[in-house]
Formats: sequence, structure tokens, C-alpha cells
Amino acid sequence: MQEGFRRLHPLTPVLRGWKFFAAAVALAVQQSFSDLGLGYVLLVIAASIPVGIAYGYVSWRTTHFRIGPEDLRLETGVLFKRSRRVRLDRLQAVDVVRPLVARALGLAELRLEVAGGSSSEAPLAYLSERAAHQLRAELLARAAGIEHDEESAPEAPERVLLTVPLSRLIEAQVRSSLFIGAVVVIAVIAVGSLLSGEFAPLGLAIPFALVVVPGLFQGIAGQFDFTVAESPDGLRLRRGLLETRAQTVPPGRVQAVRLVEPWLWRSRGWCRIEADVAGYVGEGQAQASVLLPVGPRADALRVLALVMPDADLSTINLAGVPPGARWLDPFQWRCLGAGMDDRIFVARRGRLRRETDIFPHEKLQSVRLSQGVLQRRLGLATLHLDTTPGPVLVSAAHRDEQEARHMLDAAVELARRARATVRPDRWMRPPAPPAAPTEAP
Amino acid sequence: MGSVGAMEPFDPPGEPWVRVSPRLATVRRIGLLAFGVPAAALATAGMAFVALWAAVVVAVLGVGLLGWSWAVVGRTVRSWGYAERAEDLLVTSGVLRRQLVVVPYGRMQFVDVSAGPLDRRFGLATVQLHTAAAATDAAIPGLGPDEAARLRDRLAARGEASAAGI
Repeated sequence: MQEGFRRLHPLTPVLRGWKFFAAAVALAVQQSFSDLGLGYVLLVIAASIPVGIAYGYVSWRTTHFRIGPEDLRLETGVLFKRSRRVRLDRLQAVDVVRPLVARALGLAELRLEVAGGSSSEAPLAYLSERAAHQLRAELLARAAGIEHDEESAPEAPERVLLTVPLSRLIEAQVRSSLFIGAVVVIAVIAVGSLLSGEFAPLGLAIPFALVVVPGLFQGIAGQFDFTVAESPDGLRLRRGLLETRAQTVPPGRVQAVRLVEPWLWRSRGWCRIEADVAGYVGEGQAQASVLLPVGPRADALRVLALVMPDADLSTINLAGVPPGARWLDPFQWRCLGAGMDDRIFVARRGRLRRETDIFPHEKLQSVRLSQGVLQRRLGLATLHLDTTPGPVLVSAAHRDEQEARHMLDAAVELARRARATVRPDRWMRPPAPPAAPTEAP
Repeated sequence: MGSVGAMEPFDPPGEPWVRVSPRLATVRRIGLLAFGVPAAALATAGMAFVALWAAVVVAVLGVGLLGWSWAVVGRTVRSWGYAERAEDLLVTSGVLRRQLVVVPYGRMQFVDVSAGPLDRRFGLATVQLHTAAAATDAAIPGLGPDEAARLRDRLAARGEASAAGI
């Protein structure tokens, strides 16, 4: 091992090997239904234990990492070696994830999220909880551009902004279309079997419940004890009942935000916030993009003010679409709206499930104007503002074609101006003088 | 939205669009003959085993579709156009579904130049721009190889000069 490199926690092979063992058991159980005998199955399970441990040990021996002033180096691989360098100024988010088994052993996984790639590109699994928090503080301090001499960076202070009470999470699930639909189906089955006097149909309710109940449980457990906090390192989110996740999203890393108001939440005035963060892509990352699972509009606006300090929704006048749009979207055309000021672009849609997209001009990747055959007849066009991959796709459908073109030209010009005054990637360093071109890596 | 002038929504910004080579139409027509005609013939022959009237219907539909595609190729190729401005590149395309894309140079992650065997035979290439957004759809087909390489290099240079994070 080279100078300055560190290893993962020594219990890592046990945790990794456990997964290997579980896979072997699952495979063996599946096979045992075929013609193979019980002895053979037990042999496979027994053999998997030393193989799993050996592989886990070798894998642990060959994995090491080092944090430099500008980058993280990660060396992995048993047969095929891989050495990866992650630029810290391009860090999009740092997450500490603790699955249930890891929590029992006092371990945690540290995930560095960078743009591009299809999943978390530099996972450090597993570290002790203390080491994970220490490392997170150090990574964030270096990414922010703070110089410090000692080995340990101090944890940035944080101020809790809001928490989501369990009762609200439960009520939000009860007010979901999944729950209402499930209740209706079960009620129909129950009434049907009562009227007919046959109880066989009740058996149908069991597999149905097996699908719906885990969905509802995950909705609550995944967002359990949801906490939003503010720190100099940006937005801090914590959530989870069985598997917990603590996220840090530095300033300027949120690309676009969507406020979602499902119709069953409307009477409570609740909404959800989803966001595009360049690192949160791939499997299992959808939950990480939720900045607020459920909360009153006032809470949503506080979270919004944290991630986009310049955004002011109240002063933006959302213009509707021409009546011609009723031919293309008869049910919802009156709900379509779009508008902008010099900081953000806002688009609204949806009658039952209302969605409001908020998009800061400086994050614009490209703009598209498209017009289908029918739209051309009606003098309409759709404007798309492209952002990094994520749950939020910003578009303003069926605008008047002249207005859409003016919006396109305005968005391009405003994005150009906004990019010139954008905050630096290293958020604690004073911004570079405007005359300098780009910051050298 | 400001002063609303009498502007067509897909008009170029100031100077006219730079159009792509008309040779692209020839390439596309050859492609249509090479793939579309055998496909239609196969479908007709296959239907002939089912019923004669079905084969006739498929043949008529196939010929109609091929004829229409043939007729629209010229207009499609003429609809492609691009314009280089100081800060961004504009690309327009489409006959039935019209599109206009604006990509700021500072947002470009990489630029591709590609050419298939038929394209090379006719001296054509496609330049494609990629940004951090997967939805960005800015490809310019039917450029001469020299023009394509020149455009690629100029776009890359301009992108470097005004690069921003994401």
C-alpha cells in the first residue's frame, strides 16, 4: 500500500460476505424445489461461506483510498485493477448511507456523487460511523476550498430548519392514490364475498395486500424522521427508519426543482419537492432527489429559499396558453402556465396533480422549441429547457408560437448573463475576478 | 414578453441559416431504396402466404409510404440549418415536427463527428453536440468533411473559452 492511502473498515468483508451468503442461500432454496437433495443444498451453502469470506478479504486488501488537496483517489479490484480519481471541486453531493445490517455493526457507507455515470461513482463501503462523518467533513472542507493544516477538518455547524412528523407522513400515505385504490379494491372484494356468501375471493386480497403494503411501508420508512438542516456546506437532509441516509448537497448543486401537489393533499395545502442534482442518478437514487416528502407550502418555500436563495415565486406572473391549446389538451389546458424573471424560469401544469417547475437560468444546458403538425395549425409551440438527468423535466407546452420564440431568446440571454455571475464551484472561496477565464484544475 | 414583432418562430437569428449539402438527399434516397424497398417486398411476399388481398393491401401501403418518404426527403434535407453566434449554436430541423435547439458553447461537454460508409462515399459527415443534459438533441447531418472538422474544432475551442461547471 502506498504512502497516505487508507483502507476501509476491517468488518467490510463480513458485510460483503453476508450478501454473498444470502445470495447462495436464495439460489440453493430455489434449486431445492427441483430434483436435488437436501444434502447437496446444505453443501452449497456451507461451501459459500469460506469462498465469500476469502473473496471479501482479498477485495478489502486491494481497496484503498487517499484524499488529496484536489482529488480523491480510489484503488479497487482483485483481478481487474481500477484506479479512479475524483475531482473534489466537481463534487455534487456527499451521502452517508447506513443499511440496517451495517447499522447493527456501527458501519456506514460514504458516497461521493459526481455528475455523469450511471450510479454512485465513488462509494466507500464500509467505514466506521465516526470515520465516515470525519471523512465527509474533510471532503466537504476541501471541496469548499478551505485550507487546513491538521488531519481533521471540523464538522460544519448546522441549523435544523424543519422536520416532518410521523403523523404527517402516515396521513400523506393515507391520502395517496395507492392507498385509496387499495381500500376500494379490498372493499369491493369484501362486499362481493359477503353478498355471494362465498369466501374464496377474500384469498385474492392477500396477494394484493402483499404488493400494496410494502409500497406504503416504504413510503413511510424511507422518509421516516425526515430532517432538513442548513449549514455552510449547503443543504443537509436526513431520513430513514431501517436504512438511514444523511445527505449534504453543497450550494449551487441543485439544477432544477419541482413542487408537486397531488389532489388528495390539496385540502391540507401540502406539497412535495423533487430536485435534479447531477449526482443523484441511477438505481435506488430516486429517493435521494426528494428534498421534502410532504409539508405545508410554507415549509416548501423555506426549503426552496435554501437551495435557490434568489428565487422569488411570488413576483412571477404566470401567463396562460391560447384557447387553441384546448384541442391538444382539453382537460388541463387552463392549468398550463409559464413565466420568468431575471433569475428563474417557472412552468406550471396539471389539474389534479399540480406541478410547478422552478429552473434557475444559470443552470440551462440547452433550450429547444418544438412544433408538431397540429401545433403548427393552431399556432402553438412547446418550449423545453434542458437540465441534467433527474426527475424534473422543465417544459412549457402549447405556448403561442411567437411568445415561445421570445421566451427562448430571453432564456438564452438571461442564462448567458446569469452564468457570468454564478457562484464558484468551491463555495467557500471568494469568487474569482470576472476578468479571469476559467479556474485551472 | 417584450416587444412582439412579426417573427416566424423558427426564423434564424439575424443572418440566414447555413444549409446542409443537398447530397444528403441522395444518400437518404439510396438508403430508402436499399432498405425500404426490400422491407416492403418482404412484407408483401410474407402476406401473400396468408391471403392475396392482404398482400395487395400491404403492397399498396408500402408503395405509398415509400413514395411519400421519397417525396419528403428533399424538403427534410432543406429544413436542416444551423447558425453560429458569438455565444451559442442554433440548429433547426424537421418538416412535420419542426425543432429549434440553442446550445451555449460553455455548456458543451464534447463534440462528435461521425460518417457511415455511404456518407463517406458522398463526402458527408454528421456533427453532434453533447451537453450534461441527456435531452439536448443537436446533430447536424450532411456537412462536408472539411466543414465538419472545422465546425468541430471551432465549437471545441469556443466551448473551452467559455466553459462553466454544471
